[in-house]
Amino acid sequence: MTKQFKALYKTVVILLAAAAAMLLGALILWTIGADVTKTYSVIILEPLKNKIEIGEVLIRAIPLTIIALGISVAYRSGIINIGAEGQMAMGILAATAVALALPGLPKYALLPLAMIAGTLGGAAWGFIPGILKAKLHVSELLSTVMLNYIAAQFYTFCLRGPMLDPAEITMGSGTPQSMRLTKAIWLDRLVPGTRIHTGVYIALAMAFIIWLLLWRTSWGYKMRAAGASERAARYGGIGVAGYLVVAMMISGAFAGLAGAVEIAGVHRRAIEGITGGYGFSGIVVALFGGLHPAGIIPASFFFGLLIVGADMTQRMVGVPANMVLVLQGIIILVIVATRMVLANPYLMERVWRRYQKLTRRDKEA
Amino acid sequence: MDFVVSIFALGIPFSVALLLASLGEMFNQRAGVFNLGCEGIMAMGAFLGMLVPYSVGQGGPVSGAYNILGLLLAMGIGALLGLFFGLVVVTFRAPQGIAGIGLQMFGVGAAGTLFRHFVGGTQSIPGIDRLPIPVLSEIPVLGPVLFSHNPLVYMTFLMVPAAWYVLFKTPWGLRVRASGTNPRAADSIGVKVNLVRFQALAVGGALAGLAGAYLSLCQVKMFSDEIIAGRGFIAVALVYFGHWRPLKIMGGALLFSLAQALQLAIQGQGIDFPYEFAVMLPYAMVIVVLAFSRESLLLGPTALGKPFNREMRT
Repeated sequence: MTKQFKALYKTVVILLAAAAAMLLGALILWTIGADVTKTYSVIILEPLKNKIEIGEVLIRAIPLTIIALGISVAYRSGIINIGAEGQMAMGILAATAVALALPGLPKYALLPLAMIAGTLGGAAWGFIPGILKAKLHVSELLSTVMLNYIAAQFYTFCLRGPMLDPAEITMGSGTPQSMRLTKAIWLDRLVPGTRIHTGVYIALAMAFIIWLLLWRTSWGYKMRAAGASERAARYGGIGVAGYLVVAMMISGAFAGLAGAVEIAGVHRRAIEGITGGYGFSGIVVALFGGLHPAGIIPASFFFGLLIVGADMTQRMVGVPANMVLVLQGIIILVIVATRMVLANPYLMERVWRRYQKLTRRDKEA
Repeated sequence: MDFVVSIFALGIPFSVALLLASLGEMFNQRAGVFNLGCEGIMAMGAFLGMLVPYSVGQGGPVSGAYNILGLLLAMGIGALLGLFFGLVVVTFRAPQGIAGIGLQMFGVGAAGTLFRHFVGGTQSIPGIDRLPIPVLSEIPVLGPVLFSHNPLVYMTFLMVPAAWYVLFKTPWGLRVRASGTNPRAADSIGVKVNLVRFQALAVGGALAGLAGAYLSLCQVKMFSDEIIAGRGFIAVALVYFGHWRPLKIMGGALLFSLAQALQLAIQGQGIDFPYEFAVMLPYAMVIVVLAFSRESLLLGPTALGKPFNREMRT
C-alpha cells in the first residue's frame, strides 16, 4: 500500500463523511421547505460579517473550549462525560454564591476566588458519577444525564429561593435571577463595542494546561493508558478506577470553570438558561477537535459560529434555531462512524486491492 | 383510601411511556445494542404522533383513524431511526454510548425544528380519550385503578406478557438473546447476528416512537420541547433495573410512576415542599437504583455494547 493511497483514502473518507453530514442536515431542511444552500451559508458566513457578531461567536467559543477540554480528558480516560451541562450550572452557582457572600473583597481576591469556587463546584458534581462508576459500576452515561436534570432543578431552586435578587421581591416581577454581581468579579471586556472578555486568555491557558497534563505528565499518560485499553493499563499496574474518578473530576472542574467564566464575563448575574446546551455542544466540539487542545480551539470557534448562525436563520430564512441541535447530533454520529472506518485496516486493505485491480486494468487497456 | 386509589389511578397511565420505551430498549440490549438515543426517538415519535391529528383537526376533535395514523407514523419514524442507529453502530461499529447521545440530540433537535415549522406554538389537541371498560370500570377501587384508562394503557400492559413470549418462547427471541449473549456462537450456527440486531433496533425504535406518541396524544395532549423530559434515559435505566426481563421492567416502571403520582398528590395537598426538589425525585431515584443494582450487571447480555465483526478474532 503506498503512502499516497493511504492519504487519498483518508481524504476521501473524510470528504464522504462531510457530505453525508450535510446531506442528513439537508434532509430536515428539505422537509421544512427551506433553501438548503442559503441556510448553510447564513449559518457559516452571516456571523462573520461584522465585529459584533464575531464577538458573539468568540464569547460562545470560550465556554465551549473550556468544556470540551474537560470532556476530552474524560473521553481519553475511557469515561464519557455527558454531564457538563449540570457541572456548568453548579459552577455558576458556586461562583455566584462567592460573589454574593463576599461583595466587599477587592478584585484581585474575589475574581480568583470565584473562579476557584466555580471549578470546585463543577468538580464536586463530576466526582459523583466518577465515584459511582469506579466503586459501584454505575454507567456514567446514565448518571451524568440524571445529574444534569437534578442540577437544572437545583439551579432554578437557587435562583427562585436563596439567591433571588431582593429587588425582584420588592418589585414583585418574580424573574428568577440573582442580583447583579459586584464589579469585582467582572472579567474585563477586550474590544469596545463587543462582549469579548478576558475569558479568552483563560480558555487558551486551560488548553495549554490540558496539553501539559495529558502529554507531559505521568498522570496524563496513565489516564490515556486507562482509556486506550483498560485491561492493559491494569496489567501495567495503573489503578484505573482511581484515574476514572480523577478524570471525571477534572472534566467537571472545567465545566464548572466555564460556568464561572461565563457569568463573570458575559451575564454578570445568574439568570436562567445560561448553560443553554453548552454541555452537549462541548461533546461535539471535543470530538470534532480530535480530543486534542490544538483541535478543540478551532473546533469551538466553528461551533460558536454554528450556534450564532443558527440564531440568525430564524430571521433570515425561517429555519428554527433548533436546527443547530440537529446538526450537532448528525456531526457526532458521523464522526464516531468515520473514526471507526478510518481505524479499520481490513476495509482499507480491501479498497486498496480493488483500487490496484482497477489501475492495472487501466494500464493493460 | 380515596387518596391511595387516586395515586394508583394516576400512576398507572404515567408508567405507559416508560414501559413502552423500556420494553423496546430491552429488545435492543438483549440483542447487544445499547441505544441511548431512545430519548431522541421518543421526541420524534411525540411530534409525528400529534402532527396528523393536529393538522387535520386544527386543534379540534378528529376521527379516531387520524389518531391511529399518528401512532403508526410515530412507530414508523421510530423504526427508521432505530435502523439509522443500526447503520452507525452495527454496520460502522461506532461506540454505542456516544453515538446514542448523537441520536438523542438529532431526534430532539429535529422534533423541535419540525414542530416549529409545521405547528408553531404550543397547541393542545383533544388526543385519544379514555375508554373505561363497560362493566369492569364500575367495580369499586379496582375499576378506577385498572379499567378506566386510555386504550393504549391496556394495550401496553398486554404487551408485557407478549414481549416475554416473543423474547423467551419464539425462535426470533432466541436469536435475539443469542446475538446479545454470545454472538460468535450464534454466528457459528448460522444466525445473522447483525441482521438480528437491526431487527431488534427496528422493534425497539418503533416502541420508543409509540411511547413518545403516547405522551403527546394521550398523556400531555400537546407537544413541547421538554415533553420527554429524560423519560428516554430513565427507560434505559429501567432496563438495567428490570434485569432485562419484561415483568421486572414493568415493576420498575410502575414503581417510578407511582412515586411520581405520589409526589404530585402531595403537592396537590398543599404540603410545603420546594417544587424543584419534587421534580428531582425520579432522576435521583434512577441514580440510587443503579447504584444498588450492581449485581444486575452480571445478569445482562454479555455482549452488550460490543460490535460484532465476524472477520475479527474475539
